[in-house]
Amino acid sequence: MVRGSAMERFEQLGFPSIRDEEWKYTNLAALAKENFIPATRNEDALDVSGFTYPETANAHLIVVNGFLREDLSVTTGLEGVVAIDLLSAAADARYNKLVRKYLARNAGYHNNGLTALNTAFLQSGVFIWIPKNVNLETPLQVTFVAGVENSAAFPRLLVVAEENSSATIIESFVSTNGGRYFTNAVAEVVVKDGAKLEHYRLQRENKQAFHVTTTSADLGRSSRYDTTSINLGAQLSRHDVSVVMDHEGAETSVDGLYMVGSDQHTDTHSVIDHKQPHCNSHQLYKGILDGNGRAVFNGKIYVREGAQKTDAMQTNKNLLLSNKARIDTKPQLEIFADDVKCAHGAAVGQIDPEELFYLTARGITPELGRNLLTYGFAEEVIAKIKVESIRNELDETVLRQLHTSL
Amino acid sequence: MLEIKNLHAAIDGNEILKGINLTINKGEIHAIMGPNGSGKSTLAKVLAGHPQYEVTAGEVIYEGRNLLEMEPDQRAREGIFMAFQYPIEVPGVSNAQFLRLAYNEKRKHLGEEELDPLEFKDLLKERAKIVEMDASFMTRSVNEGFSGGEKKRNEILQMAVLEPKLSVLDETDSGLDIDALRVVANGVNQLHTPNDAIIVVTHYQRLLNYIVPDFVHVLAGGRIAREGGKELALELEEKGYDWIVKTPEPNGKGAVAPAK
Repeated sequence: MVRGSAMERFEQLGFPSIRDEEWKYTNLAALAKENFIPATRNEDALDVSGFTYPETANAHLIVVNGFLREDLSVTTGLEGVVAIDLLSAAADARYNKLVRKYLARNAGYHNNGLTALNTAFLQSGVFIWIPKNVNLETPLQVTFVAGVENSAAFPRLLVVAEENSSATIIESFVSTNGGRYFTNAVAEVVVKDGAKLEHYRLQRENKQAFHVTTTSADLGRSSRYDTTSINLGAQLSRHDVSVVMDHEGAETSVDGLYMVGSDQHTDTHSVIDHKQPHCNSHQLYKGILDGNGRAVFNGKIYVREGAQKTDAMQTNKNLLLSNKARIDTKPQLEIFADDVKCAHGAAVGQIDPEELFYLTARGITPELGRNLLTYGFAEEVIAKIKVESIRNELDETVLRQLHTSL
Repeated sequence: MLEIKNLHAAIDGNEILKGINLTINKGEIHAIMGPNGSGKSTLAKVLAGHPQYEVTAGEVIYEGRNLLEMEPDQRAREGIFMAFQYPIEVPGVSNAQFLRLAYNEKRKHLGEEELDPLEFKDLLKERAKIVEMDASFMTRSVNEGFSGGEKKRNEILQMAVLEPKLSVLDETDSGLDIDALRVVANGVNQLHTPNDAIIVVTHYQRLLNYIVPDFVHVLAGGRIAREGGKELALELEEKGYDWIVKTPEPNGKGAVAPAK
């Protein structure tokens, strides 16, 4: 099985260091020094009612410390979609071929120490299979609960959306403890020909936590994959998201919002790989940084030789609310085809004084005006989310962080 | 209501206003006209408290208080309203949210109870009729994607919601076609009562056919070069500004004293 090989690989690779170009601005030395103990399966009672959205009342899976808790999950609304323990799927004759084919394929562990570590500790996880032509109307939520202090959890998700299927998947990372812990998660997503997948990823770990995730998606012909990642929690978070378009006519939007304050560091590394002609990608990442909060955005778009008629757009905008906040942003385009439409840009700014004056000229106090503009800045990403309760919750979260109500 | 005495103001060290004297009483409509660069918009912005403009001399008394000591938001809550020449877009904040916040800030200031979103919706619906604005504009982000005319209408909608005592309309007619101009002017006329005053800043006489001023003041070189009644605007339309620029009257003194 892959676990032994992954462990060997992790022992060789170890944690990435800042000498590695991809980790230049995110130092894991503090994490490497911790003695986190790999979490084990437990069956403790747990109130998870606050973690699920009304829309997912009949379709949610609860994963505690990386282990799927069927007793806490509800799967009555799955309409033919399979959502089960990943290791059980690997042992099930109906799904083992799929698991063998796709597990550790998109998210290879040979060059990535953290993915190797996750793979080495693969003991549960979630397998979601959306059969051909099945359109799942209700969103399916997978909540990863970090429940134990000083532990390391290795959540794993494999999603296979078969031809012409459609679904919405919500990944939510939360915690029930206030201490330090380490979440090292990997999600692999396969979107086959003509399938449509919406994928939300909400990271709200506590502010002591370390959170490292990889999301790797692979898109089929004329498929569509829309993903939005929200990063609010953790003292240190890193998200590597990659979308590979190796079939014609695929479309993707890869959006995100990070909002961090003092003593928080968040890093997004994104790779969008146009390998075939006629694929579109649209990326909007926005960041709000307060206190001495730090963020890193590194977005690569590759347009490979022969990937003609590619349409790729990438934007990263950052709003600094304090002089001590810092952002390192690096959008990158590498184009090896000649008939393409590509644009990218990054912006770092503060509250616009003209916008603020406009609000104050209507009697709004400068403090409320600044908060309103910050909220408006985040809204561009939040408003695109199609699940209403997520939008509402994020609105509330952003406003709460700004100590404002509307 | 408002008394401007020997007002001097500068931006980035350049003096734009060089001694403005102006008295505005309740119920009056004053037009401020003048060629480009004469200081019309600067005067409007100084009254609203734009932070980029520095008042270097003079005073402005509003209802017996020193206006220049008040912050912009305080001025607004005290009843001063400037319709922007270039209204700002505020992405992500709906028109209804923005207007309700502004409205409630004023209510709080006056010691009145705030309106919740539903109560405010009714009020907004009523006020939107004044500028013939469709309900769809209320859920859209403030001014985002609005046409020039829609933005100006939205300014007057804000005026309708906030019910200011002193409104300063900074080139509200610029960029408006004739139909939109009529709607905007009509809105302003509906809102005008004997208890408030309006300053209309404009380059052209056109708007003054609809919003008829009691007094016209012509700025040139940062000073008031001519003053008169509404007929002065017609004279300007015919002769242009050149004759005034070339033969300015002494500082702040008009050729024709406005009737008190």
